[in-house]
Amino acid sequence: MGADFVVLSLVPMAIAVLAAMACALPGNFLLLRRQAMMGDMMAHSVLPGLILAFLLTGQVAGWAMFAGAGAAALVSALMVEAIVRLGRVDPGAAMGMTFTTMFAAGVLLLELTGASGVHIDVEHALYGNLESLIWLDASGWASVIDPAALRGLPPELGQLALVVALLALLMRVFWRVLVMASFDAGHAAVMGLPVALISLGVVAATAMASVAAFTAVGSILTIAMLICPPAAARLLTNRLGVQVWLSLLLAALSAILGYVLAGYGPFWLGMSASVSAAGMIAVVSGVMLGLAALFGPHRKAG
Amino acid sequence: MTQAALAFDAISVRYGAVTAVDAVTAQIPSGAMTAIVGPNGAGKSTLLKAALGVVAPQSGQALFFGQALDAVREKVAYMPQRASVDWDFPIRVIDVVLMGMQRQLGLLRPVRAADRAFAMDCLARVAMTDFAKRQIGALSGGQQQRVFLARALAQRAALYLLDEPFAGVDAKTEAAIVTVLQALRDEGAAVVAVHHDLATVPEWFDRVLLLNRKLIAAGPVAETFTPDLLRQTYGGQLPPQKVA
Repeated sequence: MGADFVVLSLVPMAIAVLAAMACALPGNFLLLRRQAMMGDMMAHSVLPGLILAFLLTGQVAGWAMFAGAGAAALVSALMVEAIVRLGRVDPGAAMGMTFTTMFAAGVLLLELTGASGVHIDVEHALYGNLESLIWLDASGWASVIDPAALRGLPPELGQLALVVALLALLMRVFWRVLVMASFDAGHAAVMGLPVALISLGVVAATAMASVAAFTAVGSILTIAMLICPPAAARLLTNRLGVQVWLSLLLAALSAILGYVLAGYGPFWLGMSASVSAAGMIAVVSGVMLGLAALFGPHRKAG
Repeated sequence: MTQAALAFDAISVRYGAVTAVDAVTAQIPSGAMTAIVGPNGAGKSTLLKAALGVVAPQSGQALFFGQALDAVREKVAYMPQRASVDWDFPIRVIDVVLMGMQRQLGLLRPVRAADRAFAMDCLARVAMTDFAKRQIGALSGGQQQRVFLARALAQRAALYLLDEPFAGVDAKTEAAIVTVLQALRDEGAAVVAVHHDLATVPEWFDRVLLLNRKLIAAGPVAETFTPDLLRQTYGGQLPPQKVA
């Protein structure tokens, strides 16, 4: 746990933990509202937005990418709404059509524009670039309190920390109405709650988490973290408040465990190369969900 | 007639090409229990939902105590069909009842001991105090229905709109719900229930609204719950022994 760890592993691990927590927060409500497909949609649809933002600004990180991905998320949400209304299909199917189309459009954009040769490629879209988010300005644990070194942190870290804080704050403030509208939208509407706006808020929160997580950890981990930690937490408790805390804990745990296993696991098995951290984190969260499904105390109602 | 608790004013609802509710105009008075009766697909639930704005009416409007719903929301309690929610939701009985008090609680005000005590009173009225801390999925259908009624009671409303409160419940629940609703009526509230069991209409209800997409008739049970009007309401679907 020396200087090497701080330079090479500390920041990617912290980013993975924050990305996992950012996704797990809105994931709890996607799960309860039976909108899990929304996670798939957001995590795939942001790709063309990211590429367009890169083509326009020439930057691979930062707020431009964030804005591009946000715009793509918005466009895809509107597309789903339009397909549901005009095509008379159910929202799940509309999301399925939208996210595959958006992701495919993103891949085509990559190949046509040559952006893939520079910084982004399809592999990054799937797995992110967690391992490359290293902290070159750090020289050891002392750098954690060194302002000069802290300025050299990858911007994804600050973005994700901000998104986690914002989502947690919003969830705290709107907790009661979120629960009411998710449990019984008809009753909530008659009580005077703006249920359509609350639905939109859940979608917007999901989009925000997906966009923030996507550039760092890719689409696979984003989808996994939106659903696996909340789904596992649901099997461990019958209290919604406890479920949210547990989902954060499981998200952080899978991020740390997955990162370590990806880095050292192959060596323990006698192989020479490490494997994708994002992929391993997603696998760990899936295994946790599997264990919760087999042994969780609240697998059935009651 | 004094100010109606609820007045349907030419309400029509269309789903695509299907007219679910066709220009229904009727008045619901306070201090009475009114049953909305009609065959499956007659638009009974839809009429309630359209009045409450849960589904958008094609045309027409509903007035609550002479005003738009927005002006008098705290006086109107709505109990949806039990099947309309996910009972696997990770929440306790007491928390569902507290939802009925949302207008007092607002976004951030903590739930105080007095709020909790009032919610427990509401549970006591439907004989569910022992279940306050249970997860809602652990209850029987009848118990779930009583929790829904307790949530409506927590609103201290003057008009109660109940969508099939007696659907699929046990005898104990049936008796508990009737007792509570009659007490509300005796306190002067208006109680409206979508109801399926014709046999119990004369025993439990004061008034009846016969609906088959169009309004067939509305009025006191003695005048309106007649074989002729029921036959008009149900067409060929009515089992003959059910006609009074």
